[in-house]
Formats: sequence, structure tokens, C-alpha cells
Amino acid sequence: MDFDLNEDQSLLRDSIERLSADLYPSLEKRMAHAKAPLGFPEGNWAKFAELGIFGLPFSEEDGRFGGGPVETMLVMEAVGRHLVVEPVLPTLVLGATALRLGGSAAQRARYAPDVIAGTLRLTLAHTERQSRYDLFDVATAVRRTGEGYVLNGAKSVVPNADSAGMMVVSARLSGGRRDRAGIGLFLVPADAPGVSVSPYPTQDGGRAAEVAFTDVALPADSALGDPEGGLPLLERVIEHGIAALAAEAVGSMETLHRLTVEYLKTRTQFGTAIGGFQALQHRAVDMLIELEQARSMALYAAMMVETGDAQARAAALAAVKVRINTACRALGQEAVQLHGGIGMTMEYLGAHHFKRLAMIATQFGDTPHHLRTITDAEDGLLAA
Amino acid sequence: MDLRFTPEEVAFRDEVRGFCREKIPAEIRRKVSEGRGLSKEDIVTSQRILNAKGWAVPHWPTEWGGRDWTTVQRYIYTEELFQAAVPLPQQFNCYMFGPVLATFGRQDQKARFLPRAANLDDWWCQGFSEPGAGSDLASLKTRAVRDGDHYVVDGQKTWTTLGQHADWIFCLVRTDFEAKKQRGISFLLIDMKTPGITVRPIITLEGRHEVNEVFFDAVRVPVENLVGEENKGWDYAKFLLANERTGIARIGLTKERIARIKRLAKEMPAGAGSMWDDRDFRARVAGVEVELKALEITQMRVAAKKGRADSVEPDPASSLLKIRGSQLQQAATELLLELAGPFALAAPVRGEGTPGLPNDLPGGFDWVDAAAPSYFNNRKVSIYGGSNEIQHNVIAKGILGL
Ligand SMILES: Cc1cc2nc3c(=O)[nH]c(=O)nc-3n(C[C@H](O)[C@H](O)[C@H](O)COP(=O)(O)OP(=O)(O)OC[C@H]3O[C@@H](n4cnc5c(N)ncnc54)[C@H](O)[C@@H]3O)c2cc1C
Repeated sequence: MDFDLNEDQSLLRDSIERLSADLYPSLEKRMAHAKAPLGFPEGNWAKFAELGIFGLPFSEEDGRFGGGPVETMLVMEAVGRHLVVEPVLPTLVLGATALRLGGSAAQRARYAPDVIAGTLRLTLAHTERQSRYDLFDVATAVRRTGEGYVLNGAKSVVPNADSAGMMVVSARLSGGRRDRAGIGLFLVPADAPGVSVSPYPTQDGGRAAEVAFTDVALPADSALGDPEGGLPLLERVIEHGIAALAAEAVGSMETLHRLTVEYLKTRTQFGTAIGGFQALQHRAVDMLIELEQARSMALYAAMMVETGDAQARAAALAAVKVRINTACRALGQEAVQLHGGIGMTMEYLGAHHFKRLAMIATQFGDTPHHLRTITDAEDGLLAA
Repeated sequence: MDLRFTPEEVAFRDEVRGFCREKIPAEIRRKVSEGRGLSKEDIVTSQRILNAKGWAVPHWPTEWGGRDWTTVQRYIYTEELFQAAVPLPQQFNCYMFGPVLATFGRQDQKARFLPRAANLDDWWCQGFSEPGAGSDLASLKTRAVRDGDHYVVDGQKTWTTLGQHADWIFCLVRTDFEAKKQRGISFLLIDMKTPGITVRPIITLEGRHEVNEVFFDAVRVPVENLVGEENKGWDYAKFLLANERTGIARIGLTKERIARIKRLAKEMPAGAGSMWDDRDFRARVAGVEVELKALEITQMRVAAKKGRADSVEPDPASSLLKIRGSQLQQAATELLLELAGPFALAAPVRGEGTPGLPNDLPGGFDWVDAAAPSYFNNRKVSIYGGSNEIQHNVIAKGILGL
């Protein structure tokens, strides 16, 4: 057992922490960033790229770093600690994982350098109006043509689609809407004719969009891997998404818990710091337990997400998401409560962490969804 | 022992129910049901319809527009309003200011203010909390110093709900600076148009302008605007807080939310069918309903014990209603959030809804972007009106003698 970071990882952690802290010195600054036309300033993106983080997912032969899940975790913790609004997760985790695990050498060679350089942003379009969290529930359809494919359908709540140059889209080549077979992942340039993006803000200060595809012509090499057997790839991408969200949540909860404890020490009522009331002390301790249990599961996610055994991996990541969701809800709500009225205001940083945490719990599967995954496994989680 | 309503009570219930649904505009009720913000006009419109019927302030003395209803009737009335998603009569006018003035005010004050308060011709807001005086309200610092036939008021109130609409504010101010905390407080009525008052908005976390800071800089208030006796304000405040418990558990509100969640669940696709086909989801809804049923009966027990709903001392049992009632209000918003699923993330673009959301459900998808804001906003119900921690303290002391 070894939970320590190696030297490179420590360096990465320090540099991403420094950059995030620099770019996000205050809540006002974050609000200003989020008001930029794309939902973040492009200059910030360039700074993340200069740090080399977008090379992390790719191996040395694709041009960079060769980082693993631990490196991604370190980046995402900083994203969470500072409530970074740049769409790091859609590019670094979702898009790049699809490309790394599903792309051919030619596809990777074509797109990885631009992603690494910070000139191409990616996202994943998989949710549909009826799908909820079922990755195999796909109505969006592709049809083969002489030259390649034609895509028709619609995707919902696509993260940062309005700033992505390329989307990875799940679409059905064959079978019925809820068949596990017949689904592929396709690379779709955001500016391809027939792609229409209706962007909107999200409840946590980010951006998302409804995306419609009308007779979008795609070349034959737009499929990532098997165009009819893409579900396992999509599942892996989402597992990486869960691991990344877990780390982000831990970063955000760390900050929120710290803010809460500081507040308990400084706010006075009845002539004493409210942190002197045992009723509140115990609540702050329960929050710490939530945080530490969540941290353990974020580490577990990093350790399990590259495991070869698909069944064990799926159960593990489902367990991670259940624990993270629970912690997000419990710690976030308690933080607001222990702040009293201040916790309810837009001017208070902690309220923004609360909102982000609440939204993390709705992404890539809520608690009932992932509990079902675990209970559907024959012997539950611990036997796996 | 009989938990059923008498035939007269059933008839009364049906009358209230019919009136709410027929006379209060559907558009206003829709906004309430969806947890969207109401305009001042919406609230005024709705209250004037109720007032014209004689139903805006049924719990006031009959002399000032009250009805001599039994506790059960009052209970039925409040719950029916909630369930029809009718905005409750403006709470500061009807449940706080009115009863205090009717009980402790002078006759000329009553004649001047009460009819206008009942008809919402004047909008009242509550100036109790201060930055340094929240749970510890008695430590408030806003001062009123006598100068001839005026008080000169200096200080700051905060969290003033809908103060931006207000014509008047009822304030707790310190008039004796030597006396023990609770003793030196007075209850003062202040015209919001008086020079020296500044209102600054506080935007709550879901993005709405619901509360304010109110600053007083040498504000001159006629001495005739004092309610009752100088330095007795704390007693009136306690009476007010006791009255605030009218419908404090908001069971009808939660019932209405649950009914709506069930309706929407039948339309919300999930798996091969709808969310309502999901037994686990239904079990979670049922869990809230069970608690709600129990609380409904608890509330009736508390009400029956009282008989009269406006005694002076707060009943510690109402703290129990506040705690569990607020938890259930919040639980309902969590169920709605769950129902919205991945769509909970979507936020509306200023005033125009969320662009591009699918509209092919029978009820549309247009409710989804209000689910998270409602969840966020409802965190307040365990904070205001005496936080749930303070309510625990009240029960520990008042019921358990700890
Ligand atoms: C949306 C909203 C609307 C409001 N509207 C109005 C209004 O119109 N008019 C008005 O006057 N006020 C209003 N309030 C103010 C409200 O009454 C106060 O927020 C409330 O009394 C709590 O005070 P505080 O915010 O200062 O928190 P604090 O009193 O600082 O409390 C912080 C935390 O400490 C806990 N705590 C404090 N003392 C104790 C103790 N002894 N034991 C255990 N725990 C303790 C609290 O429960 C809370 O969790 C509103 C508040 C909100 C959020």
C-alpha cells in the first residue's frame, strides 16, 4: 500500500494548485471569468495548456506526458478547490479519454497535438431527453452512406458544447433504442453543417447546451473504434468522468469544510463564537467524516479506473459515485446551515461550492442509478 | 377521538377549495407551484381577491376583519390555500404586524394601519435581524434616541424579505442602552420613504432578489409610531414569533409539491417507461408522505391543545412542527431535483427559460430549470424564523427541562 505521490506528481500538484489559485483569487474574479462569451476567458485556457495538463491523457508516442488517473485526480482536485470554470473535464477527461482509448493511431495523431496545445477543446454528447443516466439508451441515429455516415438526432445538457471544437457523440447504427449493441462513438466537428448548438448557463456557473444534428455528413474515419460496439468505450469514458468528478468534489468539499470551520470560529452570537456550541462542533465533525470517506473513494477511483476487469471496475466506480453524491449532499447542506443567512447568498463563496457539489451529484449518474448497478451485481460490491 | 372532519368542516373545506381554484388566477398559482418568483403585483392581486371575500386575515379580531373560525377551520383554510398553490396572504402584514398591532397598538394606530394592511395597500416588512444579531436577536444594536416628539434611528437591519416592495417596516430598536439586553428594546413603525433610509439588495444563491439590507441614517420617526410601551418591544416580538407558527409546518405546501412531483414523474421518461414506473423512486416519495401524514396529525394535536391560536407565549411544540415541517419541505425539493435528473443542471437565460430544452413531454420540460433553484432556495427554511438548531434548544429547554 502506498498513498504517497511521487516527485513528478507532487510537482504537478503544486503547479496546478498555483495556477488555479492565481487565476481564481476571489469569487468576484470567478464571476467575471464565467461572464466571458464562452463561459471562461480563452487566455485562461492557454495558461492551463502551457502547464501541459492536456497532454496528461496521451502517451508519449502521441506527443506528451503519459499521465494516469492519479495525475488527473490532482488536476481535478485543484479545479474543485478553486471552482475553476474552464471546461477541463470535458476536454481532459471525457473527450481525451474517448480519443485515447477508442481512437486509432491516425485519429490520435490528427487531434491529440491540437488538444495538447490548447487549440482544440472536446466534449462528450451522450445524454438524451429520455435516457436519464442509461448510456445504452440512444435514439440518435447514424446511417451508413457511400462516403461515411449521416447523423440525425439530439443530445441534451452537453457540457460546454458552445466552446468545443469537436464533440464525441454516441449514436445508434443498429438495434432498438435500449439495445446494448449497435451504438458507436463518432467524432463530430462542432462546425459541421447540420449541427446546431443552443447554449445556456448551468446552475453551478458553467455552460451546457442542447445539440441537434440534422443530416450531418461524417467521413468514414469519424467512428472511434467499432461503430456498432462502442458501448464499452462509452462506459469507460464515463468511468473516467466519475473518477474525475470524485476528485473535483473532494477539492470543493475541502474548501467548503475549511470555510465552515473558519466561520464557526469567527461568528459570534450569544457572546461567544458559535463554534463553542457542541451541537455545531459535532456537525462540523460529521462533515469531516463525509469528506474523508469521499477522499478515500476518490483515491479508490483513481486506483480502479484502469483495471482490466470490466465488471469489478463498473461496480467500483458506481460505489465511488454513490459515496461522492452522498458526501456532496450532506456536506454541502450542512455548510449552508451552519453559516445561517450568509450561506444563502450569491456573494458568499461557500454558496457556490454548495451549488457545484449539488450539481456534481446529478452528473454521470445519481445515487439511485449507481446503487442499482451495485445491487444488480450478483453478490453486491464487497464480493467483487 | 375522531380524526375525520365533521360534515360542516367538509363543506367549509370544499368552499375554500372551490374559491381558490376558481377565483385566484391560474397563472399566479402556476408560478407558486413551480417555485418561480412572484411579482409584487401577483401577491397584491391574490390577496385583494381573498380580502374581498373576507379571507385575507381570518385570524385577526373580528373588529378588524377577522372571522370567528375554529382552529380546525383555520387549519383547513391554510392547508387549502397551500394545496391550491395560492400565495399565502402577505405574511408580514397578516401574520406578524397585524396581530401585534391589534393586540398592543392604540386605537388610532389600528384604524390607520390595519385595514390597509389587510388589503395590502401598505406592504410591511420585518426589520428584526441585524448583521450581528441573528439567532441572538436580543443583541440588536439599531438605536432610537428620543428628540422632542421624534425618535432618531441609526443602524442597520438585514435579511429584510421583500423590503424592496415595502411601504413600511416594523422594527425592533434599542431605546434603553443601560438595561439588560431584552429590556431596552422597542417596537417601532417606520415609513420606508423617510429620508435617511437606504435599501440594498442581497441576491440569494439561486439568483433572486428576495432579501435586503436596510440602512438607517438619522431617520426621524414620530413618537406616535411606537407600538405599546417603550422598552416592552421584546414582549411584542415574542408574541409575534408565537403567531408566526400559523401553518408553520406548511404541510399543505409540501403536499402540493408531492402531488406535483407525482404528476411530473408520470411524464418524465426513465428506462422503458416513466419515473413513476420506478418502484424505488415511488418508495422515496412514499417515505416523505408517511412523515407528512404523521406531521399532519401532530399539527392537529398541537392545534387542538391550544384551542385559541393567539396566546402570548410560544408553545415549544410549535418548534417541533417547524423542525420537521422544514425538513419535509426540503425533502420535497430534493425529490424534484432527483426527478429532473441530468436536466437539473440547465439554468434559464434571464427571464426567457432555457433555450433549446426539449418540449415533447405532455407537460413540457420547462419545469426542469426551476428544480435546482427551488432546492437551493429552500435551504432557507431551516435557517429563518428561528433556525432549526435554535428550535432544538427551545424544545430541550421548554419541553425536556434540560
Ligand atoms: C431567506 C431569508 C429571509 C429572511 N427574512 C428575514 C426578514 O424578513 N426579517 C428578519 O428580521 N430576518 C429575516 N431573516 C433572518 C433570519 O431570521 C436569520 O437568518 C436567522 O435568525 C439566523 O441568524 P443568522 O443568519 O445571523 O445566523 P447565526 O445566528 O449566525 O447562526 C449561524 C449558525 O449557528 C447556529 N446557532 C446559533 N446559535 C446557536 C446556539 N445557541 N446553539 C446551536 N446553534 C446555534 C445557527 O442555527 C446557524 O446554524 C431571513 C433569513 C433568510 C435566510
